[in-house]
Amino acid sequence: MTFIPHTQRERDEMLAAIGCAHIEELFADIPSSIRYPKLELPDRLSEPELARTLKELADRNQVPAPEMSFLGGGCYRHYIPATVDFVLQRAEFYTSYTPYQPELSQGMLQAMFEYQTMICQLTGMEVANASHYDGATSLAEACLLALNLNERTKIALAPGVNPRYRDVVETYLAGHHANIVTDNRQPCDQADLHDLVDEDTAALVVQTPDFFGQFEDLDGLAENVHAAGALLIVVTDPISLGLFRPPGECGADIAVLDGQSLGLPASFGGPHLGVFATRTSLMRRMVGRVVGRTSDAAGRRGYVLTLATREQHIRRERATSNICTNAALSALAASVYLATLGAQGLTKVARLCHAKAHYAADQLAQLDGCVINRHAPDKPFFKEFALSLPKPAAVVNRKLLDDYGIIGGYDLSVEGKGFDNTMLVSITELHSRAAINQLVSAVRDICA
Amino acid sequence: MSLPECDVPEVPLPDALVRDCNGLPSLSQQQVVRHYLRLSQHNYGVDSGFYPLGSCTMKYNPKISEACARLDGFAEAHPLQPEHTVQGCLSVMFQMQEMLKQIGGFAAVSLQPAAGAHGELSGLLMIRAYFKDKGEPERCHILVPDTAHGTNPASSTMAGFEVVEIPTDEKGNICLAALKAACSDKVAALMLTNPNTLGLFEQQVEDVIACVHDCGGLVYGDGANMNALTGIIRPGELGIDVMHFNLHKTFGAPHGGGGPGSGPVGAGELLRSYLPGPVVMHAPGSESRNETYSTAMPDSSIGRMAAHFGNFGVILRSFAYILLHAAEGLKHNAHHAVLNANYLKARLADDYPVPFDRICMHEFVCQGRPENTYARAFDISKRLMDFGFHPPTNYFPLIVPEALMIEPPESEGLETLDRFVEAMQAIAEEARTSPEKLTNAPVTLPIGRLDEVRAARHPILIDPASSTSS
Repeated sequence: MTFIPHTQRERDEMLAAIGCAHIEELFADIPSSIRYPKLELPDRLSEPELARTLKELADRNQVPAPEMSFLGGGCYRHYIPATVDFVLQRAEFYTSYTPYQPELSQGMLQAMFEYQTMICQLTGMEVANASHYDGATSLAEACLLALNLNERTKIALAPGVNPRYRDVVETYLAGHHANIVTDNRQPCDQADLHDLVDEDTAALVVQTPDFFGQFEDLDGLAENVHAAGALLIVVTDPISLGLFRPPGECGADIAVLDGQSLGLPASFGGPHLGVFATRTSLMRRMVGRVVGRTSDAAGRRGYVLTLATREQHIRRERATSNICTNAALSALAASVYLATLGAQGLTKVARLCHAKAHYAADQLAQLDGCVINRHAPDKPFFKEFALSLPKPAAVVNRKLLDDYGIIGGYDLSVEGKGFDNTMLVSITELHSRAAINQLVSAVRDICA
Repeated sequence: MSLPECDVPEVPLPDALVRDCNGLPSLSQQQVVRHYLRLSQHNYGVDSGFYPLGSCTMKYNPKISEACARLDGFAEAHPLQPEHTVQGCLSVMFQMQEMLKQIGGFAAVSLQPAAGAHGELSGLLMIRAYFKDKGEPERCHILVPDTAHGTNPASSTMAGFEVVEIPTDEKGNICLAALKAACSDKVAALMLTNPNTLGLFEQQVEDVIACVHDCGGLVYGDGANMNALTGIIRPGELGIDVMHFNLHKTFGAPHGGGGPGSGPVGAGELLRSYLPGPVVMHAPGSESRNETYSTAMPDSSIGRMAAHFGNFGVILRSFAYILLHAAEGLKHNAHHAVLNANYLKARLADDYPVPFDRICMHEFVCQGRPENTYARAFDISKRLMDFGFHPPTNYFPLIVPEALMIEPPESEGLETLDRFVEAMQAIAEEARTSPEKLTNAPVTLPIGRLDEVRAARHPILIDPASSTSS
């Protein structure tokens, strides 16, 4: 099936208007020696054949029910209210593009303005952009902003920053005379973090809850970082913000996070949502699209893309970033999610995650040879914890899957740093007590 | 929304870490649904009508792709799952890599970049790493034609290069003399958009590429305009060293109101080992557990460009699109996109002057100022809304005054194009006889022309009525 409506008569009429006999003549500028290559592509599928083929491929994935999976590490299976996909399926939204023509795009623009507003409420920051690709690229852009702002050469990364985010920051920094400093010791307290900062440091990046699910102590950290002339960039988890202190209350200059938990499926890692929020003082250095409120000549309220002089299509090589296409539809999903749950709903999701994660940790801690957060037993945690086992995590995970249909936690031994026999167990509001008990009894049997 | 009661013992919270109030609104589900339904009614997408936004390829997005992306097996797959449990996803990605290699004429493809500009940055970082390894780190210039998308120079800066702008000649090609003058042992690469943003195929493209290669530089291809060339030519065979594809443009994935997109990067032999990763490998031999596909970082990879594998959901939609078309269908798309653009150009040229008037590819640029009028492209665009159309791209490329960049993708038929021509002719007539109809437009929408200057001077970026946290 192709989607071309032209009849032969119409093609002929169009060619006559152009003054051409054949469509091929329109391609005369193209070097003839390599024109019309033979493409070795699969045979064309009809729509029913395609549907069957893709269903078969989808079925080749083993995807247990959400409560039978304990994988997190930056991507989570929270409940997605039905309102979210109802809105995402509105073709007026998903088949539109960047709202350069505001009068015809008021729906998306207002939704993005409301998204910015809710992100600021959630993070306690003052301004937010209309999205970035994912949490990792939001962080990388925040680091570039800091480097360009104070013309320093170091980015200090706390050891609890998601290792994949660290990788992306490293990739982005390759074109800059800058390097990353970090401290791999665990546990890492605030004094250790402060030791990472010196007069060459553009920013300190701290993640809380960190990659291992534990809260960092940020009290007074911002003051120290600012006294050294650096920015404090905080990476966080959006669900935790339903209940716990946001980066804005901790003196953060930039808050970034991955918004996948806010109404987006895991989708094998993307599309997710890069959230980027900062202070008004950094507004004109912020990256990406921003929506502002204004009015028409009759005084009717409306919304437009604004502060475009930061952006690539105006400022070209002097732009604050190259970003053009972002993750608007993901931001729309997050907006509908936050609006549907509301203040109390999000708090309740956070409470459920917290309580159930602690129940799971308490139960697992009672098993022989199992230890929770061995690397930092005193730090409070939110919805994830490091579970040290008497056997390699890979062995336990294989048995969990083969014999119990459970996808276990993320195997932390691949991250090195003394996490042998340790997995990162992630719990959301979708894990019932019964499901947690199933995990506990399976781990008990496997490790017996 | 209702949530389950807590079925485990309550645990005390770490009080010092608890916030007072998260500040979010409290709404009923019906209020939320009505609100967003109303907002959707104040938005215009490809499914609403003709959307000839130049350089964006606003073609029909097949509905079957939406259904497939929502299959649980794909939507619920976690990126950190063991590889043997996600063979379906990895199979899709491997096949997609292979198909893009075929279409682009490249040795290898990475699907990780999340958008076109993200692909550009990846490609430029690859070029940077290549010259570093080669012992030529002094190559710091990126040559960028003056017609290039703004992302090209912006990506160059982000990758730590200096931009050298190359002018366009009177035929709408890269000025070869200026290019030769700029080619030196400081040049890392040329960023080539072909067809360029005037919608014109670079007539001396082989000379242009040879010129850059002769000075030791590489050629980056901006694949934003690949819809004109799929099945017609393989950029890799032309000598392009590295290029990004825009899956949301060429391969039918929806644009999502501004994203998410997907910008896979293809590379020739020289740069393939520098691709970002992980990429998917075919590993027969371990079939006992059905593990045919695995992931790995290319040998000299620049590293990760995103946390996971890229925008899998978008990649999947384009995978479906390519399977629905096959080689012949993709060529058909290019043929009809180019036919449409040339037809519209022929019909509109009398009213809207076309600089660089020659056979165009999938789009063309005309001037939004009919002869003997003072009309502006901006006003023409606003008036088009009253006729029920989305306007073309305005004021780009920068080298054409009052530019209107018009791209009518292959999924639009003659009837739609003729209605658009009639509207544009009527607007040209208004520009001559009653120009206030243009400057007052739009008048048929729920809102009139918005004050963008005020929005930038006095930015209101969040609702002041909202109580920010605590």
